Amino acid sequence: MPGPLVFPAHVALHLLVALLLPPLVPGLIAKVKARMAGRTGPPVLQLYHDLAKLARKEAVFSRTTTWVFLAGPVATVAAGLVASLLVPFGHTPAPVAFEGDAVLFAYLFGLARFLTILSALDTGSSFEGMGAAREAAFSALAEPALFLGFAALAKATASLSLTPMLLSQGLAAGRLTGPLILVLAAWAIVYLAENSRIPVDDPNTHLELTMIHEVMVLDHSGRPLALVLYGASLKLVVLGALLIDPLLPATGRGWLDWLVFLGGLGLLAVAVGLVESATARFRMTKVPQFLVAGVLASAFAFLLLLV
Amino acid sequence: MSPTALLVLRNGQAAPLREVPDLPPAAFREAVLEGVRDGRRLACLCAESDRRLIAVLADDGAGTLHVARTRLDEPRYPSLTPDCPQAHLFERELAEQFGIVPEGHPWFKPVRSHRPWNGAADPWDRPADLPPAVMDFYRVAGDEVHEVAVGPVHAGVIEPGHFRFQCHGETVFHLEIALGYQHRGIERALVGGPHPLTFKMAETAAGDTTIAHAWAHCRVLEGLSGVQVPARADRVRGVALELERMANHVGDLGALSGDVGFLPTAAFCGRIRGDWLNLSAEGCGSRLGRDWLRPGGLRQDLDPLRAERMLPRVGRSWLETRDAVELLWGAASVMIRFDAAGRLDPVQAREIGLVGVAARACGIDRDVRRDHPFGPYGAHPVKVALAQSGNVHSRAWVRWEELAASTAFLSAALEDLAGSPGDPKPDPLPPLAPERLCVALTEGWRGEVLHLGITDTAGRFARYKLVDPSFHNWFGLALALRGEQVSDFPLCNKSFNLSYCGHDL
Repeated sequence: MPGPLVFPAHVALHLLVALLLPPLVPGLIAKVKARMAGRTGPPVLQLYHDLAKLARKEAVFSRTTTWVFLAGPVATVAAGLVASLLVPFGHTPAPVAFEGDAVLFAYLFGLARFLTILSALDTGSSFEGMGAAREAAFSALAEPALFLGFAALAKATASLSLTPMLLSQGLAAGRLTGPLILVLAAWAIVYLAENSRIPVDDPNTHLELTMIHEVMVLDHSGRPLALVLYGASLKLVVLGALLIDPLLPATGRGWLDWLVFLGGLGLLAVAVGLVESATARFRMTKVPQFLVAGVLASAFAFLLLLV
Repeated sequence: MSPTALLVLRNGQAAPLREVPDLPPAAFREAVLEGVRDGRRLACLCAESDRRLIAVLADDGAGTLHVARTRLDEPRYPSLTPDCPQAHLFERELAEQFGIVPEGHPWFKPVRSHRPWNGAADPWDRPADLPPAVMDFYRVAGDEVHEVAVGPVHAGVIEPGHFRFQCHGETVFHLEIALGYQHRGIERALVGGPHPLTFKMAETAAGDTTIAHAWAHCRVLEGLSGVQVPARADRVRGVALELERMANHVGDLGALSGDVGFLPTAAFCGRIRGDWLNLSAEGCGSRLGRDWLRPGGLRQDLDPLRAERMLPRVGRSWLETRDAVELLWGAASVMIRFDAAGRLDPVQAREIGLVGVAARACGIDRDVRRDHPFGPYGAHPVKVALAQSGNVHSRAWVRWEELAASTAFLSAALEDLAGSPGDPKPDPLPPLAPERLCVALTEGWRGEVLHLGITDTAGRFARYKLVDPSFHNWFGLALALRGEQVSDFPLCNKSFNLSYCGHDL
């Protein structure tokens, strides 16, 4: 590969970014939202402080819970870290790439969601049960949007591995432009839904009855809660990479590619913050329509590539 | 029995107790039902210690209050509620306070969690130390029905209350609200007064409605002692009340915006609410208007210099308020949410005797400031805001229009106050006249606040009744939730924004 970075160095950098960078993203989003509202807002590094604090705290477990209750947070982080190895960060190839890794990528998040839902049900709380039901229903609609997008890119690049799918030169040019825009629009919807952002969910609300994802983790505390928060920020980065990779210009220089990637991630965080500052949340009954719009967009992209 | 047989009073007017017709129980019942049939509103129904019931019917069209009493031979009587749903909570309350059982009440449950004051047998046979909201909740049975219990501890910093939803998936079949956690025993403590703490207790019946309650209390005392308040003091009281309305409405619109996740208005209104509160602080030294009023006048007059200083601040705060709230009306994503949630049927709203913002949002044209004018509102009327849809949007819109109307009132009042000489402090009130009754209504920011005082032979309170608008309106929230999405509950709840402590007293 071109550039001064050799294989072990870029893998090390990839791992470092996946491990250390994620908590910065929610901080950046929160800062943008605060600025848009005329407030100072919490420091950008707030989540690092929160994680450090939670790591020192004792966890409290309800008597009704079993080991399943812990499986959710652990699976979220474990699946997120493995998935982060499969997705290229910018124009640097992913550390692990093989034919079909896109399917593994999608179902790693599926596995994490499955266990999070189980751990929510494990508490026996009616709130958490309600949140689990919502999460299951909405992710069932988000998944086709993600997969049809994969199908479209697989058709365009003749590969089912994320690195070639996302980084093929010429994706953004010619007859592939239209389908690519549709796929990215669909994935943007998936991104907001999967990360429980406005307009689908409100990560800042304190109102249990309106929550989707947040309510499933209400009973977690201490280190398990730190895992949940870290896992959520990891998801912002990993799915974010999926969304911005095809848009990033290839510079041909390793270190510049990394800067471009980090800049792109920052812009994505700002964009999420702007969306959250400008719109209200959808009514819960409207969320499926929003997600179906994503499914239709990526399905149409796939159809365009078939003809 | 014709309703003219009832004693007719004006808002804040006192009358000797012997002039209040003492009807036989059957005639009392008929008089109340007939009054309600004729379009009057049951503003208050309560018991006194010697098995007496007293009812206040408000005729909003004529600006009169109709009062009747009765004495029961036994601690039971046929319930009014089946024929007059407005009596529903009043009857549960008087059963709990005095052990008088309204027989045939369709929803006979405790209101708070205390046993009768007068040592009568508890209608529910509850132990003395029973916590609130321990009772049989209404339940819907079936495989796919689930129950969601919320509170009394909530995720935000709000008052405690318990909500039980019977849901089918995301749809609410029924909501039951159980309060009582904030019960402090105010009404019981006021008996035997006025004593040094009486004013404080009346003022803090609902902390965010300080001025409305303090004013109603002052007017009861002034009525009972026959004192006329100077016009300037009344005008300042009006300023205090409208500032309270501004701060709360601005806070509510911001909170409504926050509940749908629309940040700009939520953030701006949070700050601007502080500006309105600070104007109250400029007026009396307390952001919540504590201790601004005094029976007979004011603790502190708003001298011309301060009125002049406040005037431009009112203008500035209003401009900022307008800018922040107009963002709401311009955001389609917000309007969709507001329009879709929390519709209350106007017919039901009228039947259950809804008051205030929630009533006006259903197109029910009632506002104490116009219908039963008090203080400065006779000479300086305030435009009554109305909306028709009865949903969250209507309740937000009524608040918005009231902001404009209150600002107009404030500007005019402050201008006049700045241009006229200040008043000296009021004289201490003379003692209250014995064996009299006085009913005073004010229009707080939530709605009608009623205080009723009855003095004994020594001129002490034999009974003092407070009715906060929340007492009328909580049931309206439960009705507004029927068939709605459970995820819309917080938004509906905020659009009513009722007081827990005002209800629990």
